[in-house]
This record gives sequence, C-alpha cells and structure tokens, in this order.
Amino acid sequence: MMSRRLLGLLLVLPALAVIAFLFILPLIMSAVGAFQVDGAFGWGNFVKTFDLYTKDIVFTVVIIAFSTMLIGIASIAIGGYLTLGEHPVAVTILRWLYRWPMFIPFIVVGQILRTFLAKNGMMNNTFVNLGLLTPLDAQSFLDWRGIVIAFVWKQTPFVALLVAGAMASVNRDTIEAARNLGASRLRVLIEILVPQVAMTLTVGLILSFVTMMSVLSVPLMINAQSPTMLTADIAFRVNSYGDYGVANALGLISLVLASSVAWIYLRASLRERA
Amino acid sequence: MTASVMTAPATAASRNPLAALWWVPRGIVFGLMAFFIFGPLFNMVLWTVAEKWYFPYSLPLEYGFSSWAKVFAPRGGALESLTNSLIVALLTVVVSLLLAIPAGYALARLKLPLRGLILLAFLIPQAFPNLTVYVNIARIFYEIGLNGTIPGVVLVHVSHGLVYAVWIATAAFSAIDPELEQAARNIGAGAMRTFVDVTLPLAAPGLMASAIFVFLESLDEFTGSYFVGAPDVNMLPLLLYTAGAGGNYQIASITALLLLIPSLVFMLIVERFLKANVLSRVGH
Repeated sequence: MMSRRLLGLLLVLPALAVIAFLFILPLIMSAVGAFQVDGAFGWGNFVKTFDLYTKDIVFTVVIIAFSTMLIGIASIAIGGYLTLGEHPVAVTILRWLYRWPMFIPFIVVGQILRTFLAKNGMMNNTFVNLGLLTPLDAQSFLDWRGIVIAFVWKQTPFVALLVAGAMASVNRDTIEAARNLGASRLRVLIEILVPQVAMTLTVGLILSFVTMMSVLSVPLMINAQSPTMLTADIAFRVNSYGDYGVANALGLISLVLASSVAWIYLRASLRERA
Repeated sequence: MTASVMTAPATAASRNPLAALWWVPRGIVFGLMAFFIFGPLFNMVLWTVAEKWYFPYSLPLEYGFSSWAKVFAPRGGALESLTNSLIVALLTVVVSLLLAIPAGYALARLKLPLRGLILLAFLIPQAFPNLTVYVNIARIFYEIGLNGTIPGVVLVHVSHGLVYAVWIATAAFSAIDPELEQAARNIGAGAMRTFVDVTLPLAAPGLMASAIFVFLESLDEFTGSYFVGAPDVNMLPLLLYTAGAGGNYQIASITALLLLIPSLVFMLIVERFLKANVLSRVGH
C-alpha cells in the first residue's frame, strides 16, 4: 500500500505545478530580465527607469498610501458603527448599503467612475442641479483624485467586512463595562475596538495595497496622462516599445514596494507574539 | 435610541422625543453614501439606454435600445466576446476543480509535510503585483504558440483562481465528519467508492461556491487577458476597455452591465453555498 504522505503529495502536485510554472517561473524571469540589457547583465534598465519614471514611482506610492489610509479610516468607521450603533434600523441600513461595490470588477469600476466623475458627469450635474455648484466651477475629477476615489470605492467594503467581523468577535463585556463607566462610543471605538482588531485591519490593508499595486484598468481608464501609475507605464513600455527590460525593472520596483509593506506587517506580527 | 458617535446613554435617549432628530445626520450620511455607491451604477444604466446624451444636459435626451441591438448584432463583436468569456470561464472552472478537488482532499484529510506552506503557495499569485508576471507569461506563451489562444488564457486564469478553488475545497472537505466516511468503509465500500458516493456529495455545496468564485474571477479578469489574449481572443473586459477608450460609452456601459450582473447576483446568494462551518475553516 502506498504511503499516505506520498499519495497526498501526488494529489497536491499538479495544482502546485501550475503555480510554479505559471507564476513563480515568470516572476523569476521578470526579476532576472530587469538586470539584462542586450543579453548582458547590468544596471541599464534601472538607470533608464529612474530617468523616465521617478515621478511616477513617487506618484504611485503617494496615491496608494493615501488611498490605503482613507480605506482604513472608512472601514473603522463602518465596522465601528455596525458594532456600536444602537439603533437597529440604522445598523441594518448600513450593513445593506456598504458592501455593494465589493464584487464589482475593477474594469467596471473604471468605466462607471469615468462617466460619473467627468467634468459634465452625473456627480457635477447633481451638485449643479441642487445649487451647490455653478457650471463654471465644475471640474473634472479624472486625475489622481479619480484614481483615489476608485480605489477607496472598490476596496473599502472588503476591508470593512473583515474589520466588522473582527469587531463583532471582541468580548462585549469589556465594551459594556466601558460604556457603563461613561465612555463615549467614539472613545470605546478608538481605545478598545481598534487596538483589538489591529491585526485584521493591517492584513486587510496590506492585501488592498498589493491589489492596488497590480490594477491596470483603473489608471488606464481614469488617468492615463503623466504622471500616472506604474502599471500603466509597464503596459505602455511593452505595448509601444516592446521594451521588456524597463518593464521588468518597473515590475521589480513595484514588487519591492509591496514586499516592504508586507515586511512591516511581519515585523509587527512578530513583535506582537514576542 | 440614538446611534451617532457621541450621545447620551441609550436608555435616556429612548425616552427623549428629540431622539428622532438623530435621523437628520444619519439621513445625510446614508444619503451621501447611497449617492456615491448607486450614483455611478445608475449613471451606467442610463448610458445603456441613452440614444442621445451630450453636454450640458444632465439626463439623456432620447432613450432607446439601439445600442443593445448594435451590441448583439452578429457583427457587433459582443457575441464573440461573450462566447469567448463564457468558454474561458467554464474551462477555467473545470480545470481548477480538477486540480483543486484532489489537492483539497489531500490537504484536508491526509498527513502532508509542510501543509501550511503548501496552502500559502496558492496565495502567491494574489500576494504579488502580477502585471510583469503576465508580461513574462505572454513571452513564454508566445514561444510555445499558446499566446492569443483560448487554452493560454484559461491557464492564466487558472493560476489566478486556484487560491479560491483550493482553499475553499480544503475547507469543504475538512468540514465533513470523518465518521461518515468510516461508516461507508466499514460496510465494505472501497476508498474510491466512498469518495465518490459519500465525500463528494457532502462537499458539493462548498465546491459549488469555489466554482462560482473561480467563474467570476475569470469573467472579470482584465490584465492577464489583455497581455495573453488580445488581440486574437476577444473577451468582455477587453471589449469594455476598447469601447470605452474609443469614447463609445453606450457599448462600454452595456458590457459593464453584462459583467456586473453575475457579480451582484453572486453577492446576494453566496451565503447559501458558503455555510459558516465551511467559511470558518477557509485558510486553516
């Protein structure tokens, strides 16, 4: 009879092979390709990358860091209200409302926000019709603000779902005790709930950060002018110039950015266990 | 009772006739949220039936279904994209499940060395920025003649969807009571017979959920299809992108609606397939 370990490995192997050949191998190729110029190893691609795209690298980091921060604040607010809100109808409305964008694909998000946020799009039109804005003051949001809005719109429900789940499992007695001693709900949220769900919040925000680093459709559809996100630059490098060297260098830079965020998380989680 | 952040204790507030006033700030916040969530969606629906809509009018001037007729005309391109998208998504589900059912069973039931690491390996495609990976897959596929073919796109989607397939399948199998399998074995059923007649039907709802997840991931996937499929294999997200880039918001919005409906339907029914006992085991 075959050993159960061997059988188990055989059953898992085909699925693992797909990951190895279709993800890890190309990932290594990309890392190696970043250092190759005309068949020889060198720093040429990085010199060119920093010459051409330093502004976009900074732009990408700032936009995604800012979006991550807004997503964090919005998720805490939503999770906090779902946990501490005392009016059942209001809590039910919020629970029904907040999760709609979660499963909407990024490409659809890009398209619908492009028409919504345009200079004469529905948002400005509504404000003009309500008398909050004059047509002359209306401006297009299809620049860095559009990208931030798209990211926050799409990613907040996911992080809020995780955070609300974690908050719901926090011991109610502590919360009740603090409330009975007269602590306001804002204080309970900041001093009791948020510290207890910090790990879940961090995981959700890191997953969002990495997702936003890889989204191509939103920057292509909302803001393809310079400065733009690294993903749009990579696509441009490949499609217009067939320049895989610089594309791979840009890819490696975004990989380093994503990994450094993951590293911060790992350090924090190790410190928590120590 | 009241429900904004700073307020008097609930018992006092419920007796307070002014408590109803809290619906003013609540109404403003919920109204703004609803405007920003449903406004863009409503805007998209309007575009799908707008015959004439230009500046400075805030609503379409004429409504009609001529864009729908154009999209679904034999040469409209949408039917081809829709067919391709459905074929790719179905094949992706079949391949992913064929890989994930044995893997999930092994991860749930058999003693595996480095089990945690194996589970984590399937997360890798979601945990790294994957754009350059697709660029390099396109280069490999180009060498071996898979670029611009449906099997090529299916393989890319499988690598991306496997994490859902394997993780949910593992959770579904571990949620089954081993004694049920043991009982079948005791009355003389073989290992394979037990798996097919007892384990598989019990795991079916969980496997169904993972199939839907993989199906939607594939249907909505843009980046991989853009590098590996385009321009030979047209898919709905690519049609949406080119129509939008060409300024044809009617076609783009109809395509967006076609991609959106399955996602929203799934959001409403997911809890029926993904029971709490399975959900709580995902990733463990």
